[in-house]
Amino acid sequence: MIKWWKILSAFIILYTLVWGMLNPVPHLDILNETIRNVYFHVPIWFAMIFQMGLSVVYAIQQLSKNNLQLDLKSNQAAQVGLFFSFPGLLTGSMWAKFTWGTWWTFQDPKLNGVAIAILIYLAYFILRSSIDDELKRARISSVYNIFAFVMMFVFIMILPRLTDSLHPGNGGNPAFGKYDLDSNMRMVFYPAVIGWVLLSLWILDIKTRLAQLTQKYDEA
Amino acid sequence: MKHKLILLVALLFSSLLGHAQTMITEPQMADTFRSEGKIYVVISVLAIVFICLISYLIYIDVKLKKLENRK
Repeated sequence: MIKWWKILSAFIILYTLVWGMLNPVPHLDILNETIRNVYFHVPIWFAMIFQMGLSVVYAIQQLSKNNLQLDLKSNQAAQVGLFFSFPGLLTGSMWAKFTWGTWWTFQDPKLNGVAIAILIYLAYFILRSSIDDELKRARISSVYNIFAFVMMFVFIMILPRLTDSLHPGNGGNPAFGKYDLDSNMRMVFYPAVIGWVLLSLWILDIKTRLAQLTQKYDEA
Repeated sequence: MKHKLILLVALLFSSLLGHAQTMITEPQMADTFRSEGKIYVVISVLAIVFICLISYLIYIDVKLKKLENRK
């Protein structure tokens, strides 16, 4: 009854929860055991970016095929992505407090970028809700979605790499270099990314089906 | 001979210094915490929370499926 990849996502994340606490990690100053946050904080952001990517793919398909079901999926994916940004922000804030010494810092371009990206996506939902005509809403919000995704990508993935950042893998450093992840950590980190992306797809599946069902009953 | 002796002492001392340095710079990790076994309690709690959440997600999924199949 439940699709196999949904159960797989649960088992993968369960594995990362257990082995992520036990596996040997590099002994680093300041980070100490909090280095294990890499298994949870980072994959959640990957899931967010994945959902936003899915949303923009549906938006482009919507523009070429003009099928309102694609617009619905695009909207739902953006909602799931936005949802995942909250645990991402909260876990990042918690981690920052105990390693950088502050809940939030405007010195870090990645934090600023994420804040702006979230605001851009909030504007997407406001834009959607302000248009009554379905076809018009689908077209305008799809065009805006492309803009939003590009801006998010620039703010999260590109600008932090151009300037100094507290985040590893930014400020000219290659991401996931030998200082960030050793082979032991990769054994947990990569499965965690797959697990959380699959879990976000599961949530998207439920949300999409619920929205379709609501639409069906509204029409009837 | 004298020079060799000084060199030997200096080398010995430098190795001692090096050792002392590694002891100071070794970051503090939760090694005793783990050996006392209490980390397993945390892992159990994490696993229980996660299994509960996943069970709930499965429950919602199944309910939705039933609603979809209703004519």
